[in-house]
Amino acid sequence: MAKALYIDYQKCTGCRLCELVCSVFHDGISNPARSRIRVIKWEAEGLYIPMSCQQCQDAPCMNVCPVKAIYMDHDLERIVVDYDKCIGCRSCVAVCPFGAMNFNVYDRKVFKCDFCDGEPQCVRFCDEKAVDYVEVDDVSILKKRNAALRVSRAGKEASTLMAQI
Amino acid sequence: MSLDRKIAYIDLSTGDIQTKAIPLEVRRKFLGGRGLDAYLLYNHTTQGCDPIGPDNALMVSGGFLCATCASATSRTHVMAKSPLTGLLGSANMGGFFSPEMAWAGFHHLVIKGKAEHPVYIYIHNGEIEIRDARDLWGLSVTEAQWAIRDKLGDQEVKSMVCGPAGENLVRYANVMTGIKNAGGRTGMGCVMGSKNLKAVAVRGTMDIPIAHPKEALEFNKRFIDQIVSAKVNQTQGTLGTPFIWGATNSWGGIRTRNFQYNQCEYADDIEPERLDEIATETMGPYHMTGCFGCQVHCRAQYKIPDGPYAGRYDEGPEYTSQGAFCGETDTPRATTLLTANHLVDQYGVDNLEIGSLISWAMELYELGIITSKDTDGVDLRFGNDEAVIEMIDRICQRKGWLADALADGGVAASKKIGKDSFSYLIQVKGMSNLHSDERATPALALNIATSSRGSDHLRSRPAIDLYHLPEPVMRRIYSSPVPYDGPLSSEHTEYIGKAWQVFWHENCYMAVDCLGICKYHTTFLGATLPNFEDWAKVIYYNTGLEFTPQEIWGVAERCNNLERLFNLREGLTKDDPEKGDVLNHRYHDEPARRGALDVIGRVIEKDKFIKMRSELYEHKGWNEDGLPTPETLKRLGIDAEPSHLV
Repeated sequence: MAKALYIDYQKCTGCRLCELVCSVFHDGISNPARSRIRVIKWEAEGLYIPMSCQQCQDAPCMNVCPVKAIYMDHDLERIVVDYDKCIGCRSCVAVCPFGAMNFNVYDRKVFKCDFCDGEPQCVRFCDEKAVDYVEVDDVSILKKRNAALRVSRAGKEASTLMAQI
Repeated sequence: MSLDRKIAYIDLSTGDIQTKAIPLEVRRKFLGGRGLDAYLLYNHTTQGCDPIGPDNALMVSGGFLCATCASATSRTHVMAKSPLTGLLGSANMGGFFSPEMAWAGFHHLVIKGKAEHPVYIYIHNGEIEIRDARDLWGLSVTEAQWAIRDKLGDQEVKSMVCGPAGENLVRYANVMTGIKNAGGRTGMGCVMGSKNLKAVAVRGTMDIPIAHPKEALEFNKRFIDQIVSAKVNQTQGTLGTPFIWGATNSWGGIRTRNFQYNQCEYADDIEPERLDEIATETMGPYHMTGCFGCQVHCRAQYKIPDGPYAGRYDEGPEYTSQGAFCGETDTPRATTLLTANHLVDQYGVDNLEIGSLISWAMELYELGIITSKDTDGVDLRFGNDEAVIEMIDRICQRKGWLADALADGGVAASKKIGKDSFSYLIQVKGMSNLHSDERATPALALNIATSSRGSDHLRSRPAIDLYHLPEPVMRRIYSSPVPYDGPLSSEHTEYIGKAWQVFWHENCYMAVDCLGICKYHTTFLGATLPNFEDWAKVIYYNTGLEFTPQEIWGVAERCNNLERLFNLREGLTKDDPEKGDVLNHRYHDEPARRGALDVIGRVIEKDKFIKMRSELYEHKGWNEDGLPTPETLKRLGIDAEPSHLV
């Protein structure tokens, strides 16, 4: 069964280590501009959200590519760029609704998350597990569990409030 | 690689900007960060220069490993002659500023002169501009940062700013970045204000190639595993630095009512667990946040729960705020703590210094040395929460006679206040002590007395001395990377062998400051954390340069001696009560009144203290007067300073 990145942004401490290790792992270079994952921040509110490729089933980047250089690799359930075919037109960058397709101004190539071929470094280094790598069909059950916990807590708080009236 | 990062000389008077490569020879001698800053300060200022005049030089830097794949290399270092002490000024902060500056092409800035009107410096991928900041003047720390982002149309810009306190030349104003990353102590924000420099804004997307990326990654992972497996860092990552408060207060190590007591009573409302509750209630269960690349994440996010600033968002509070706004002033209430913490973050002022000075003024008020006429009606009683908040506002705005005097620092204020106010001022070299009480811990007392930037716990504090480590463990730590077979004692109330511990930690902390690593990632609070041996590997994997652990130790010794040379040049003599390596007389004369059984009744015995200080001088290769000997300077290759290598 294939896995997916499961990002629980509430756990993110905003340290951006994922960006650093992503760029060092792939390019041997420290530069967040080369990272496939980026932490988008609203510092004034303390809100940090890691953003990466969703590996869409009906991927706009794949659909728009004029030379069919982008395809779904079903082994790892990931969208892959074939650099032998890619002409660097950046149509994929333009259509991606998540900003997950990037363009590297140094090598002049598009690039995106490739799950580090099965061992995502962002997950390996994130001690908080704000970014995790889990079975695709486990994502929603994990989210359900978290939501259920919130519902249960809200219920308890409501009954406490009622008792106080 | 990071070795390609440049140094920029910026003259705000003329607008002249020069950039230079940093020669390898200079890197090998001083590495970077604080060490290289010390070298630049010694070379680019002249004896007796006015700290708030155009001749003072402001150094801004990232560490040698800044923005590489080493762990937690987020630290930004700022150095200048201090407007508070007239000696070495130095501040160190976390956050995201210096890595961004490295990606923008620079590791070091030397800023001189004074702009005609408020300006900010914008550094972007190798280019440096001086821009108008008249519309930013007067804005708070965060307002200024968000305004710069909006002006530049780039939300990824990181800025280092001075707040209103710096603009008003409060002598202990901070440089700040982000919500609360504070380059505190010694008034580096005041130097920015004096230069009409509101901010340095940086944004970069330039490559920093890693010499051995696979090894660097694996070693970083090993580091993280080692660091997060330490209990002290797990606690820190849950409760933040306030966890130290609970432990320290229970044994009697917290100065209370200035220096009258050594334990703050009825402090349940500011216990770390209570602060954690407030953070959880206002920001949810995941409320810890971290600096660049760090897995310790020691800062909490919170919203002020009630009071006049209810609902405001901030980060922290830190251990220092607890002591400054709760212990020393005897106002242990969460709302006071969180409100005061927010105010100092927004004004950009040193929490520790301002809280200490307020508590000093409270004691003078209690003694009748100052009266309500001097305070403009503020009821400066210990335990008065409103007075603490009111005085923070007044000092940062220099409103009223007393506040204006306090804004100039303790020593200057004691001259205005007169009588014997100075003898109640708990300071070393003109800078207030941390709220910790060192009477039961001679090693820690020696640390604050001899630290290069005035009373300071981050220069050489052997904090692990309190853990009563078995002697073989201590010996393993303290006899590497250079041999030591002298005495060592596991007992924290002892004087034996403590000089060596202080010396060892001084070099350890100088080394981390040169590399730009956070102190929570070395032998500071955790005895098992990485040091010299590991750094030699980290440096090699990231930069390709080979250093032995002994060479890194040598760099640290060299830079510590440079800082001493600067202080001596600016008038330090060892027994000067205002500028010397001495403690306030109360450490020797007033026994501790509260706390654990082995703490009550303790004083720092003066003769033993002097002997310990002489031992420390000897370890450092200094003579009886605290001057580095010619042989020491020659051994370290700094016998012909200023040498103007860069």
